[in-house]
Amino acid sequence: MAFKDARRTINYGFQNESFKFKVSELSGEDINLCFQCGGCSSGCPLAEEMDFLPSKIVRMIQLGREEALDSETIWVCSTCFNCEVRCPRGIDVANIMEALRQLKLRKKYSHVSLDSLEKSKIRTLPQIAIISNQRKLSA
Amino acid sequence: MRLAYYPGCTLKTNAKSFEISAIASAKVLGVELVELTRWNCCGTVHALAKDDVMHYIAPIRNLIRVEEMRDEGIVDENILVTLCEMCFNTLKRANTEVLKDGEKMRKVRENMEERDPAYRGEVEIKHFLEVVKDIGWNNISNLVIKKLKGLRIIPYYGCLLLRPRGLGIDDPDNPTILESLIKSLGGESVEIPFKSKCCGSYHTVHMEQVASELSHRILSQAAEAEADLIMLTCPLCSYNLGDRQEEIKKSFKGLRTIPVVYFTQLMALAFNLPAESTGFSENKPDPTVILKNKDLL
Amino acid sequence: MNGKDEKFITIYIMGKKHMVPANLTIMKAMEYAGHQFRRGAGCRGGFCGACSTIYRTKGSYKLQVALACQKIVEDGMIVTQIPFSPADKKRYDIDRLKPEANTFLEYYPEISRCLACNTCTKACPQDIMVMDYVQAALRGDVKEAARLSFDCIGCGLCAVRCPAEIVPYNIGQLARRLYSKHVVGPASHVLNRVKEVNEGKFDEEINKLKNMPKEELQNLYNSRDIKV
Ligand code: SF4
Ligand code: SF4
Ligand code: SF4
Ligand code: SF4
Ligand code: FES
Repeated sequence: MAFKDARRTINYGFQNESFKFKVSELSGEDINLCFQCGGCSSGCPLAEEMDFLPSKIVRMIQLGREEALDSETIWVCSTCFNCEVRCPRGIDVANIMEALRQLKLRKKYSHVSLDSLEKSKIRTLPQIAIISNQRKLSA
Repeated sequence: MRLAYYPGCTLKTNAKSFEISAIASAKVLGVELVELTRWNCCGTVHALAKDDVMHYIAPIRNLIRVEEMRDEGIVDENILVTLCEMCFNTLKRANTEVLKDGEKMRKVRENMEERDPAYRGEVEIKHFLEVVKDIGWNNISNLVIKKLKGLRIIPYYGCLLLRPRGLGIDDPDNPTILESLIKSLGGESVEIPFKSKCCGSYHTVHMEQVASELSHRILSQAAEAEADLIMLTCPLCSYNLGDRQEEIKKSFKGLRTIPVVYFTQLMALAFNLPAESTGFSENKPDPTVILKNKDLL
Repeated sequence: MNGKDEKFITIYIMGKKHMVPANLTIMKAMEYAGHQFRRGAGCRGGFCGACSTIYRTKGSYKLQVALACQKIVEDGMIVTQIPFSPADKKRYDIDRLKPEANTFLEYYPEISRCLACNTCTKACPQDIMVMDYVQAALRGDVKEAARLSFDCIGCGLCAVRCPAEIVPYNIGQLARRLYSKHVVGPASHVLNRVKEVNEGKFDEEINKLKNMPKEELQNLYNSRDIKV
């Protein structure tokens, strides 16, 4: 089992207060509450696919590191809320992931463009899959 | 009792058997599920950003329809019953948010069509499983004609029936509602560790391999537990675990076939309803072989 | 039109102030003000959808819509035409399509992005329940989508307003095509008429018209009986 996140370190040194504020505001979560227990990451079913584990993303926000916006993690998260039920500090990490996605989507970025999907694939998918995919991953 | 019922898009296409079996088994329970008039797609997923009011419009519009039906005496309660767990979560979250936050309610109201009455905020969203639970497990048992004897069933919750805390219909750490239903129907509930882990959800659209891996973990645990069937409540889970199972087997050699059914189909079966009401012919993989083996069909 | 008691009002065409007779349609008022239509006018009878117009009136934030050939000007109206809405119309072979939800999704997957915001319905000068037909298509209810969109004239106003970038009229058109082709099938009166044409029932009349001198033909056209 290879974790993409393995050995990736985050840049320390506080950077951007307004970014941190924006994420707190959009997510409604008090990011300072996180004490880096890693509970969210250990319960995350998609952790293996992430370039930064959920707890690392939270740490990046604490430090105002905007590169969190460029992580694969925010698009790999499936909003399953496993992190939410695990966090001992009452943080809903799924909300933080959504805030980060929104910050990208609101600047005309689409992670999954419908134009790039194969017709034959679309034919077999139930509406629920396409609708939710677009809601979460396209502008 | 007549209750307004919200199908959602997929119950009209891929998941017809879910709708048919639910309406038929509800009847046995004395509940008439009346399809919501002029319903629109709820959006399938919740809006999480705190300033995102736009995505509440679609779910709340449906709730206005419930109040209208109640006012017109078409249904008996200001309750909206859902079957799909994603619809359930989306509708319930939107309702909870606008009731909690007057500013959101105001914005949603202002952006509705002038012709529509304002949402009064009286509607309660219920998953059909909650309706079943309210009737009482003993009463359900008493209605069973054909016990699902010897049928080993995985109660698969998926994500949004239980989470986030406060919106889910049961304790997210230790849910029992599906297990109780299985027992009431005379079946055998089989535990797996991943009964409420994600199946891959909407990643199935553009990251098939990731979705396959996630679904495979659940399927392989079910196979290891020697289960006969997986029972679930979401058409997207059903697509990922069921419709795509053949595809998953190509990447994961040796995986045993495990049929996937909706909980309402097993209810219809236990209530001894005819084949039109169980709708097993639509499931992938085919569950009828195992059901015949167990003398249930 | 030049009667003594003719009333004039002020309207703003693309921001420029004009005094125009109060009883004109937007289209005639624009011509009165000196605009010449090369696009944005067709049938002048409310059927072709070429003259889509948006406007606001004094003291209201509401963005309103109209067909320029139908709507009478109002004092203080601030108006512009939207003669065209860019849309990618897909090519398909209707014979091979199935009347179901995934057909819509295959050609126009963007309907999955519909927010049910109802903006399209508010934008429709034909008072069509546009959102409802898009939603019907999304859940595969071809009959309902065809029925609800029946009066669509393809003016395009819904398409320029939709926040999900959907082109509703393409959806309605596909729905009606699917419905007529695969659900109701060919109409017997049309088949009969085609048969009559092939059997030469109208040959004599057509030949008469073909051989008619131009002037006579023009007279005949001008004095034709129009059924409304
Ligand atoms: S919501 Fe996202 S981050 Fe949280 S556990 Fe699920 S996939 Fe991981
Ligand atoms: S579970 Fe909560 S406290 Fe622990 S690392 Fe994750 S966000 Fe921080
Ligand atoms: S549905 Fe759209 S294109 Fe058709 S008439 Fe209405 S606004 Fe115009
Ligand atoms: S304007 Fe677009 S998003 Fe809004 S209801 Fe109409 S089709 Fe849907
Ligand atoms: S010009 Fe044809 S509808 Fe107005």
